[in-house]
Amino acid sequence: MIIRHLFARFDRAGLLFMLIVGAAAVLVPLSNLLLPTASPFHVPTHVVSLVGKYLCYAILALSLDLVWGYCGILSLGHGAFFALGGYAMGMYLMRQIGPRGVYANPLLPDFMVFLNWKELPWFWYGFDMFPFAAAMVFLAPGVLAFLFGWLTFRSRVTGVYLSIITQAMTYALLLAFFRNDMGFGGNNGLTDFKDILGFNIQAQGTRLALFSATAVALVLCYVLARWMVTTAFGKVLIAVRDAESRSRFLGYRVEHYKLVAFTVSAAMAGLAGALYVPQVGIINPSEFSPANSIEAVIWVAVGGRGTLVGAALGAVLVNFLKTWFTTGMLAPYWLFLLGALFIGVTLALPKGIVGAVHEWSDKRRARRKAAAPAPQPAEQGT
Amino acid sequence: MIAQTLTTNDASAFVDNPHAAPEVTKALLYLDGVSVSFDGYRAIRNLSLYVAAGEMRAIIGPNGAGKTTMMDIVTGKTRPDEGEVLFDHGKHDLTKLDETAIANLGIGRKFQKPTVFEMHTVADNILLAMKGPRGPFASLVGWRNRVQREKIDSVLETAGLIEHRGRLAGEISHGQKQWLEIGMLLAQDPAILLVDEPVAGMTDAETEQTAELLRDINRQHTVIVVEHDMAFVRALDCKVTCLHEGAVLSEGTLDKVAGDERVIEVYLGR
Amino acid sequence: MPRFSLLCALLLACLTILAPQARADVSAPLARLALDEFAETAKAVDEIAASGDAQAQAILEALGSARLFVDPATKAVYRRAANGDAFAAATGARVPAPPAGLQTVRVNNRLRGAIQNAVGALTLMSPDPARRRAAAESVFRSRDASVLAPLEAALKAEKDPGVAQLFAQARAAVLVAAPDSSNEVRIDAIGVLRARADINAIAALRSLPAKADASAKSLADDAVAAIEQRLRLLSHAQNVWYGLSLGSVLLLAAIGLAITFGVMGVINMAHGEMVMLGAYATFMVQEAFRAYAPAWFDFSLPVALPLAFLFTGLVGVAIERGIIRFLYGRPLETLLATWGVSLILQQAVRTVFGPTNREVGAPSYMAGAFDFFGLSVTWGRMWIIVFTLVVFVSLLLALKHTSLGLHMRAVTQNRRMAAAMGIRTPWVDAMTFGLGSGLAGVAGVALSQIDNVSPNLGQSYIIDSFMVVVFGGVGNLWGALVSAFALGVANKFLEPLAGAVLAKILILVLLILFIQKRPRGLFALKGRAVEA
Repeated sequence: MIIRHLFARFDRAGLLFMLIVGAAAVLVPLSNLLLPTASPFHVPTHVVSLVGKYLCYAILALSLDLVWGYCGILSLGHGAFFALGGYAMGMYLMRQIGPRGVYANPLLPDFMVFLNWKELPWFWYGFDMFPFAAAMVFLAPGVLAFLFGWLTFRSRVTGVYLSIITQAMTYALLLAFFRNDMGFGGNNGLTDFKDILGFNIQAQGTRLALFSATAVALVLCYVLARWMVTTAFGKVLIAVRDAESRSRFLGYRVEHYKLVAFTVSAAMAGLAGALYVPQVGIINPSEFSPANSIEAVIWVAVGGRGTLVGAALGAVLVNFLKTWFTTGMLAPYWLFLLGALFIGVTLALPKGIVGAVHEWSDKRRARRKAAAPAPQPAEQGT
Repeated sequence: MIAQTLTTNDASAFVDNPHAAPEVTKALLYLDGVSVSFDGYRAIRNLSLYVAAGEMRAIIGPNGAGKTTMMDIVTGKTRPDEGEVLFDHGKHDLTKLDETAIANLGIGRKFQKPTVFEMHTVADNILLAMKGPRGPFASLVGWRNRVQREKIDSVLETAGLIEHRGRLAGEISHGQKQWLEIGMLLAQDPAILLVDEPVAGMTDAETEQTAELLRDINRQHTVIVVEHDMAFVRALDCKVTCLHEGAVLSEGTLDKVAGDERVIEVYLGR
Repeated sequence: MPRFSLLCALLLACLTILAPQARADVSAPLARLALDEFAETAKAVDEIAASGDAQAQAILEALGSARLFVDPATKAVYRRAANGDAFAAATGARVPAPPAGLQTVRVNNRLRGAIQNAVGALTLMSPDPARRRAAAESVFRSRDASVLAPLEAALKAEKDPGVAQLFAQARAAVLVAAPDSSNEVRIDAIGVLRARADINAIAALRSLPAKADASAKSLADDAVAAIEQRLRLLSHAQNVWYGLSLGSVLLLAAIGLAITFGVMGVINMAHGEMVMLGAYATFMVQEAFRAYAPAWFDFSLPVALPLAFLFTGLVGVAIERGIIRFLYGRPLETLLATWGVSLILQQAVRTVFGPTNREVGAPSYMAGAFDFFGLSVTWGRMWIIVFTLVVFVSLLLALKHTSLGLHMRAVTQNRRMAAAMGIRTPWVDAMTFGLGSGLAGVAGVALSQIDNVSPNLGQSYIIDSFMVVVFGGVGNLWGALVSAFALGVANKFLEPLAGAVLAKILILVLLILFIQKRPRGLFALKGRAVEA
């Protein structure tokens, strides 16, 4: 019954999406482990890590779509939440290095020894324990988003103003994390990780497990987001997006709705960052750069905002393109393409790929309906 | 004189005072000495208006008379520079509350330009308006996900939109949007309805239906209607207030107001 | 006039009196040196220093660095330059083949000190005023009593009033510190130091010997307190000045944005790139000047200004016609599209000009600094402030008195009404965007003088300029002016307290908090017009 109820929340695209990502979670590691390297279906380990990275971006895109697509909050600072989640995970991984660092200090990470620090700063306490770090992955971005949102939504900062101050927020964090005094490794960030939960972070098995975990996380985030937007909560969000002041006159506390959506979304972005860091092996302040956050917005725009599936698809697609371009001879042209993507999508494809497909299929259905005056009732059911 | 100054300066004391002026306790909605100006332009000047519970009141007046601004003040969109706005027999000081709190006290509003949630279906518009808990958690896991279809349909029936329940609100006609908004007010079930120009852009037949609908609503709700259409106001058959330059020019039955020299001068014309 | 000629006559008289002494022969002291005995050498050093001979300094410097030699056979004295060339010490004539067996004139530590002082005293007489100034400063810091006599002589002979003042101050410093000065002399000297009023004067005043008279001591303490007070004021003034300078840069960068954002509600993320294009236009103009008219280089900036304005303005119009006009009413999409434009422009410039900084020269009037009541003011910064204000005022006037300005204001207040009145809003939009972009280009010309001209130039200004516009209140040029200068000054006052980066972070956080309180900025429009 519950499963039936849950399934009713997903459209065909959503079910397909979950099926594909779920299958990837199982099949990709299996193919990597079991198939011979020569097989055309063998997925090399570096590709697994690469796709794992894309999936992290997909989670970030999903979280952005939740606030932008459904609530009209164009956050240009979601990269900050992603990076905070990443730093929380990075701090855990740093502490796992223990005495194996260059300076072999059992307590202090290398960069602190290098800076001549004598003791661990208070905010590094507890990060040696995975459950604590895992909680911080959600809490650090969540609390920041809550505070930021509480201040801004309450004073009704909306639209481009909101976008600009989210950008200022991530910019301020970028500057802050560049400082050595902050205690997060400054310019170099956190890197040289050794192991995670006792497993060697470089080992093939760990990488495959991280990939599967990311894929599962993506599906879970999708389920959560989809659930949020298909309940009455989501209907209120859309109402707020399209007619904020009307929703107020109807008695809705708009700022509370925005706050819930923004905080959940930030925590989701934090999770994405936390899964990203062990797979790429480094987190540094450049993750806070405003350009990164805007790039995430274009993933959502390309895939189609307000569709969730589209956001994830856009993230994978754009990043695949990016890898393909920046690793070849075409590298100098990547920014031209990215710029053109921004312009082209906003001008020509405002609903994104998924939105355009929806529109096209709606039109086709309407045409078919017009052709056959008495439609089959079964067809209407979907 | 001194007592008057005291009471106007200290609205809260006034609210708590059981021996306050009779208008306060009698009136469901009480506006007294309200003024507001925008960048030097005084949109409302010393406006006083009392609406009793169960009353239907039509507000007329030329453009710029302050009719919409008055509604903005009551619903919390605009803060008055001075004056008192009290609700529910002096229990609530509306100047201290925001739109959401005022709406939840039971003051519903229909806008001059019909504003419905265009990306939602007609039925979902009613669902969102339906009286009940409005917090995020009630919407996520609670009550609002279990509103019965029959309740929504009965509202749609009243508003004459039942055959459009599945269409997007952005797709229906202008007049239908007006009705949908009135339907949303019905679903909201407020103590008082503020209706801003409900028949603008409607045909005569639709206007008549709307008047009937409002009279029907008035059986259980207090209604304030702002309208230019004098035939419609006559059809409402209620007490009329004429505003001019942000203050009450004349008040009473339609015949009395329409016969007022000053009203003819500034509004109706000879 | 008569007094002046009298002064001249006196000076001439002094010179004629001094001159014969200055021409005193160095042959006698050189003979002493040839003996190579420390006592004789010491006497010789004093005599050479007092001789005022043209060779005196060279001889003493050579002696101090063991490059003075005696021919034991002829007792003739030679010196060698650092590169090994030999000269006759007495005449300074070059000796291509010095005799063999030359012996170094030995010096000990005590002599070395004496030589150093003597050389210092000699530079006090140097014909180059810059060297005299440097010598005065070095005496001021060393407060060496042994230089007093040559210092006083130099002071008497000095004709440059600026250098004379430095000599007087140096003398005062020596007198204050000297243990055997009389109380009256000290009190006079303290007065001179107090008038000098800088950090070195404080050091000189503190060197007052402990056994000095109480009256001198209290005067010195007063003087130190007064100077410290003045220095504090000065540092505030300096902060304000730096703040105004930063503010003018912010205003320049933001003013075009204030126009496009205010009139059209368009967020132009490529605004920073317009600034960058303006800077590169300056670079191109300067390249042309370097190639074809290097003598006229000072005119490169005045020529670059209109060109940069036109060029970036045209790029702006192209962007508006090509992209933005399709996106009106969708501000968030405009933001994304213009971000795309900014990426393309950056990469295009990187492709054409390369990723590294390009050298943009400063014309002569932009270089150097002048002293303004103790405040060191660089010409470049000052011209940028002046330029910013000129741009600001001309923009205000243009908005008020031109028909484009009238139309722009009409469109800002009520777009639909303006359209109904027959104003071609699309044309106004294009012109507005062109104007805003042109202003960014003009800003680029100015910024090329103080910042690195690289493809990333615009990126560093975009967030700051948005903050200026948002803080000031959209659609309000005066708001932009006040907010730019307020942000600039606040930044510079926070910097010494918190460091540059932290100051910037603090400003951003304060702005974010400020927007909570006043979501529409300092000078927001009120009323119904805003909602429409």
